[in-house]
Amino acid sequence: MRLLPIVVTTAGLTLAAAPALAADLSVTVEVPRLNTASYHRPYVAVWIEKPDQTAVQTLAVWYQQTRNNEGDGKDWLKDLRTWWRKGGRAMSLPADGISGATRAPGRQTVNVPAARLRGLQPGQYNLVVEAARELGGREVVRVPFRWGGANTADASGSTELGAVRVTVSR
Amino acid sequence: MKKTVALLAFAAALAAPLAAQAHRAWMAPTSTSLSGADAWVGFDAGMSNGVFIPDHAAMRMTGLVVTAPDGSTVQPEHLMQAQYRTTFDVHLTQNGTYKVANLMGGVMASYTLNGEQKRWRGTAAEYPAALPQGATDVQATRTASRIETFVTLNNPTDTVFKTTGEGLELVPVTHPNDLVAGEAASFKLLKDGRPAADLDVTVARGGLRYRDNPEEMMVKTGADGVFTVTWPEAGMYWLNASVRTPAQGETLGSNANYVAVMEVLP
Repeated sequence: MRLLPIVVTTAGLTLAAAPALAADLSVTVEVPRLNTASYHRPYVAVWIEKPDQTAVQTLAVWYQQTRNNEGDGKDWLKDLRTWWRKGGRAMSLPADGISGATRAPGRQTVNVPAARLRGLQPGQYNLVVEAARELGGREVVRVPFRWGGANTADASGSTELGAVRVTVSR
Repeated sequence: MKKTVALLAFAAALAAPLAAQAHRAWMAPTSTSLSGADAWVGFDAGMSNGVFIPDHAAMRMTGLVVTAPDGSTVQPEHLMQAQYRTTFDVHLTQNGTYKVANLMGGVMASYTLNGEQKRWRGTAAEYPAALPQGATDVQATRTASRIETFVTLNNPTDTVFKTTGEGLELVPVTHPNDLVAGEAASFKLLKDGRPAADLDVTVARGGLRYRDNPEEMMVKTGADGVFTVTWPEAGMYWLNASVRTPAQGETLGSNANYVAVMEVLP
């Protein structure tokens, strides 16, 4: 039901393949392929929080970017309940480099250049990924990582999210 | 979060429960098991992704029929359509089980006229006479939707479970107002009066907003049309099954949908 392929992404590989796109923080999120009667791609939020779970910065929000006869895509941002309460509701969306369309099942990557994390003091943080799906469930995955020096960290969801890997490349 | 085809949007605009594929139609009583000389029960009816969460569309109650234990029809009171839900009350004055049902049916047709694809919707009696002259490539589907719930004053009775032989219908094996968490309950589904075999029944519990996992169940009817649910916990449950057969040339397709709302007590 859920695919958890071996995550081979490393900053090294990315660097070797395309130096221009070298990311200083890279997050790989596995959106699981679910076998359900009516599948809709999940809404996903990715953010950084302190170890006490205070939100620091939103890195990505994937949601329906358009309005259809059922409403505007933003109508359901509140279903990303944790993200919404921890700062999503105070944001103005769409936000450059943060908002994007929903992603298909598979391994999805968010690259954040160091320039966007200028205000982040070196130290211990959590990378948080939250997914909420129409006619489905909701799941939050927290990945502790260190900012200020290369390291990688992994965690995995069990229902709405697969493997999550955080790579800090410098 | 979902793209809906124009046809479904049209159906939703009419608040026809046929759009249940897109949104779930539900009609939930405020209580199901009552005592005393008489009692009032309120009902909320709407259509949404999360059952009993009124956040999408109110249900039109054009086919609302309240049947009393003695077989008579009772007039609902205080009917009001709000933005996201319709509410009404039923005054229970007889001992026994009442059936509250919203029935909708008709014919949906698509045809070509002067090279243009058109749609028509109306009652079975109007079809096909109401289609314009010169309509070609007519494809029509007979629709039958039944949204039901049951409430009982004092001792449960089974006089309201008579079937009509049209569309999908439920015949209780276990009384729907006698459901307890941890116990198994069985019901039989009929399609046009015959056992509906090998049908998927979705069982969803209310209170979705207060948990992360939908905790939905899917059960199948047997050759005799019977399915069994063991209620994992107390709550208001939504049961749904549907049967679609595509239109083939002159032969009308069929689209039958059934919803029941049942309360399971601890």
